[in-house]
Amino acid sequence: MDLQTLWFIAVAVLWTGFLLLEGFDFGVAALLPVLGRTKTDRHLMLRSIGPLWDGNEVWLITAAGAVFAAFPGWYATWLPALYLPFVLVLVGLIVRAVAFEWRHSHHTEQWDATWTRVITTGSLIAALGIGAALGATTLGLPIDADGTRVGGAFAGIGWPAVLGAVAVLGFSLVHGAVFLALKTDGPVRLAARAFAQRWSPVAALPLLAWAGLVHLRGGTAITAVLWLVAALSVLVAWARIRVDREGQAFTAWAVVLLGSTATIFGAAYPVVVPSTISSAFDVTISDASVSDYTLTVMTWAAGFGLPVVLGYQAWTYWVFRKRLSAEPEAPHAEKIGA
Amino acid sequence: MDVLDIARWQFGITTVYHFLMVPLTIGLGILVAVMHTMWVRTDKPEWLRMTRFWGRIYLINFVLGVATGLVQEFQFGLAWSEYSRFVGDVFGSLLAMEALLAFFLESTFLGLWIFGWGRIPKKVHLATLWAAVIGSIVSAFFIIAANSWMQHPVGVVTDDATGRPEQVDFLAVLTNNTALAAFSHTIVAALMVAGAALVGVGLWHLRKRTLAGAPTTDVDHSVWRRSVRLGGWVSIAAFMLTAITGDVQGKLMYEQQPLKMSSAEALCTTEAPAPFSIFAFGKLGSNECDDVHSWTVPYLLSYLAHGDFSTAVPGVNELQQEYAAAYGATYPDDPSFGDKAGEPIDYTPVLAVTYWNFRFMIGMGMLSAGVGAYALWATRKGRVPTNPIAVYGSLAAVAAPFVANAAGWVFTEMGRQPFVVYPNPDVPRAEQVYFFTAQAVSPGVSAGEVLTSLSTLTVLYGALAVVEAWLLVRFVRAGITTGDGAPTPGHTPEGTPDDDLPGGRDEKSDDVLSFAY
Repeated sequence: MDLQTLWFIAVAVLWTGFLLLEGFDFGVAALLPVLGRTKTDRHLMLRSIGPLWDGNEVWLITAAGAVFAAFPGWYATWLPALYLPFVLVLVGLIVRAVAFEWRHSHHTEQWDATWTRVITTGSLIAALGIGAALGATTLGLPIDADGTRVGGAFAGIGWPAVLGAVAVLGFSLVHGAVFLALKTDGPVRLAARAFAQRWSPVAALPLLAWAGLVHLRGGTAITAVLWLVAALSVLVAWARIRVDREGQAFTAWAVVLLGSTATIFGAAYPVVVPSTISSAFDVTISDASVSDYTLTVMTWAAGFGLPVVLGYQAWTYWVFRKRLSAEPEAPHAEKIGA
Repeated sequence: MDVLDIARWQFGITTVYHFLMVPLTIGLGILVAVMHTMWVRTDKPEWLRMTRFWGRIYLINFVLGVATGLVQEFQFGLAWSEYSRFVGDVFGSLLAMEALLAFFLESTFLGLWIFGWGRIPKKVHLATLWAAVIGSIVSAFFIIAANSWMQHPVGVVTDDATGRPEQVDFLAVLTNNTALAAFSHTIVAALMVAGAALVGVGLWHLRKRTLAGAPTTDVDHSVWRRSVRLGGWVSIAAFMLTAITGDVQGKLMYEQQPLKMSSAEALCTTEAPAPFSIFAFGKLGSNECDDVHSWTVPYLLSYLAHGDFSTAVPGVNELQQEYAAAYGATYPDDPSFGDKAGEPIDYTPVLAVTYWNFRFMIGMGMLSAGVGAYALWATRKGRVPTNPIAVYGSLAAVAAPFVANAAGWVFTEMGRQPFVVYPNPDVPRAEQVYFFTAQAVSPGVSAGEVLTSLSTLTVLYGALAVVEAWLLVRFVRAGITTGDGAPTPGHTPEGTPDDDLPGGRDEKSDDVLSFAY
């Protein structure tokens, strides 16, 4: 396998890892007003993602960094074409991050409620915006031969962006609900389970539609199989959550994502930004890539770094593995910490 | 204003703002890790309380640094796509390595430290903080290696097909002398920020307690006293190290970017020996070098540039002509240069900016070291200063090293204009890699879009600054024991685990692996 293909796979893995991990904290945050009926419940929900969200978000930074590092032509085409949506994503991520920390730096009802709402809003914006960006980069952007966007500030926001946005949000909502069912106890667990039982088949449809469309444009027999795996996993996840097997449902729902992103990136390969104007303007991995020397250096760095990262992130999940229950938050809780 | 100007303002505002958090994160992170280490080693309660108090400030600040750092990762592509294409073979990989090797370490282990009180063994818990702090320092190294490559591109050749730099020696990029000097300068400058915070806040609390008649024998008294003493020594030592590392940088600048050095001095014509300017008057703002006059210290600039008292330091006027001869008197008449196409090139940075920021940096650093020395003297042998001017002055001087840091960056970044990638003079002219700022901006993005993001981010950052400042002031005023309306939480001095932390008491005692069954 050549290095460009290897790094295309690495980038796909990083985006998938980001969606798999940050997906549940986006989902939990978005579900705060839906499943968190009392303040106690909302605090429990926030505690379930408290130690994890920041580590999860680094997957986004690394994924974007890897796009820049391996395929600057992709990075420099994709980001300016969706300038305002990306800025909106940044605003969402910024307010969400500070809200996690600032929420319990002061103790009034109003303060707590405000920052909790900011966490929800910021997470919704970020999930929708990143979904839109991924939808656009796999289904098409109006770019010319130089990779420059044609048609003004909003030309990048077409149906591919909308589909991607809805797909990532739908996946994240159920992913967050199953995570809560797995990670908490008490009323939140029951409400989360009920949410997942009701919505999981519907919530997966946009994601499957997106993967299906990319497959129809450039797929192979392999991506067809991957798509089928994703589709079947929706049914498995649904069936398992209906019989309250939360761990199995979580695994199956993760396979939905893995199958879908494998289909999407597998079928899109080797194109990284398809042009809606002419397929002659498509940006491919060889157009966008850095030199083989740089790819080799990065392969060594990632070969050393990624296993270490996976090791200590797994350890974090192990340390915080216990199921949380919704007892009233101790008055002095979370003093030192976030 | 055209897209280029707006995008430059946006980069400047977002980066300087981000860099208010960064030095405090790096500097305070190191000091909090030292405090935590002292607690683990000595079991003295004041070290625990210091860890808790300063750790909380570290965290409030850290999260804003992370949040604003996100913008940095994306804005190279958003507003500077032609720059991103040009430098892609070197610059992107450094950013990606920063994320992979540093950010993961930082955020994962900080999460463990925050939520790990009483849950993981004491020494492992301490190690999580050190891991996070090392992550911050590694992160600083990679981003400074990336920045220094723009100042002094090494390890590359020009790709004949694309005209862009192609990396041939990654080790040369990492060991770039510009990067090593800038990295060490930045780390010690970050320690100055943390030292000043310890001194200012510590003195204020000591004075308040003394005026209120609080005992000088209790734990909280030693918390503030130790904070002041530690902060004072760190301020002085770090200042000396900034002077040494800054001197190394000055000598590199003389060789690598002589125009930046003469602009820092508003030195119009070549002089040997060259004097150092203390204070300039005249028309600095008009960028007409010949209208500037200043009070000077003879010979000093020659020493700063080359370590002797006779070396000629080239003046702005000569250098402008040299650069115009080498890199062109006008921008190429090409659409990629936007409004600047065909215009004359001014190789001299904005003199008022380079000159005054250079002096702000040095002056504020000296002020901060002076406050540190005062604090050590005023607290000698158990004394507590109560003079309001001195104590409030020290508190206000917490801002000084922040200003020094910001001024240093504004100086070095504005000082390399009009280039975004500065030509490396060690390389023969025909093989040099360089890139003008005017050609770096994203071609398809409109002024309206960049103006929208600039105003959105500026308003957002302003609002966040208000909340952050309010939170920090509130937290600092409240002090340790009443900061959250509760006694210092966590391990008691005897080391019994605290059970009212997240996941402590609230958890069922079952130890099943409930996450991944």
